[in-house]
Amino acid sequence: MADKLFYFLTFLALLSALMVVFSRNPIHSVLYLILTFFTLSGHYVLLNAQFIAAVNIIVYAGAIMVLFLFVVMFLNLRSETQEKTSILSKVASVTAAGLLMVVLVAALKDVNLGTVQATPDFDSQVGMVEQLGKVLFSKFLLPFELASVLFLAAMVGAVMLGRREPGEQNTF
Amino acid sequence: MQIPEVMRTVPLEYYLFFSTALFVIGVLGVLTRRNALVIFMSVELMLNAVNLLLASFSSYRQDSVGQVFVFFIMAVAAAEVTVGLAIIVMIYRNTKSIDVQLLNRLKG
Repeated sequence: MADKLFYFLTFLALLSALMVVFSRNPIHSVLYLILTFFTLSGHYVLLNAQFIAAVNIIVYAGAIMVLFLFVVMFLNLRSETQEKTSILSKVASVTAAGLLMVVLVAALKDVNLGTVQATPDFDSQVGMVEQLGKVLFSKFLLPFELASVLFLAAMVGAVMLGRREPGEQNTF
Repeated sequence: MQIPEVMRTVPLEYYLFFSTALFVIGVLGVLTRRNALVIFMSVELMLNAVNLLLASFSSYRQDSVGQVFVFFIMAVAAAEVTVGLAIIVMIYRNTKSIDVQLLNRLKG
């Protein structure tokens, strides 16, 4: 059952990721990206990483994608403004991405990662809030606090960038 | 304790290849598209491919440090998105377009 669910979620995630890249309308790209994030959350649930699954929904599908959708609608982009890319550069970029895929698969295909042993002391609770919180607030306390400084800097930066210059025309 | 079913039936290599494919799709988006917003979304796809691989290794190896890293990556991505979208809105305000090709006028 779980393996069928894995294949289904994988298929859906790859398909919607491709649609993000290839759909003409940016709003469709945003919606497909939200679908991708939900399938990835499904993967996290399968892996028993429930905290990450919830955070993925709340932060990515909730906050970040709302921001994207807001900007797309704010800019009022029309989908008929076709991107004029030359055939040569398209072929070159697809070839480059394909070669990257080939190199990565060739490097990883013979790797031996071992199998999961069904030992009695197998810890299936690593993804739970309790264990993650213990690690986060002991071993990673300093990075956790520094993340708040990062958010402050990002907030100040976004406000600075979004501010209208004195004398600038009100264009929207 | 009980092993989650997916770990018994799906080898870890499959997650490796799935994440690789997702990452390559993100690279493809960055290379082929010229809309700055779609390029930004492709970067998010690449970040998520890495997140999934970290989480799967962490679950298979029963080490919660990997999932803490995923948490930090998400925090940094959120900060990155706010600044990046502010820059894109600024670009649109100045050029009336978010085609990255127009930005070659930044050349000195």
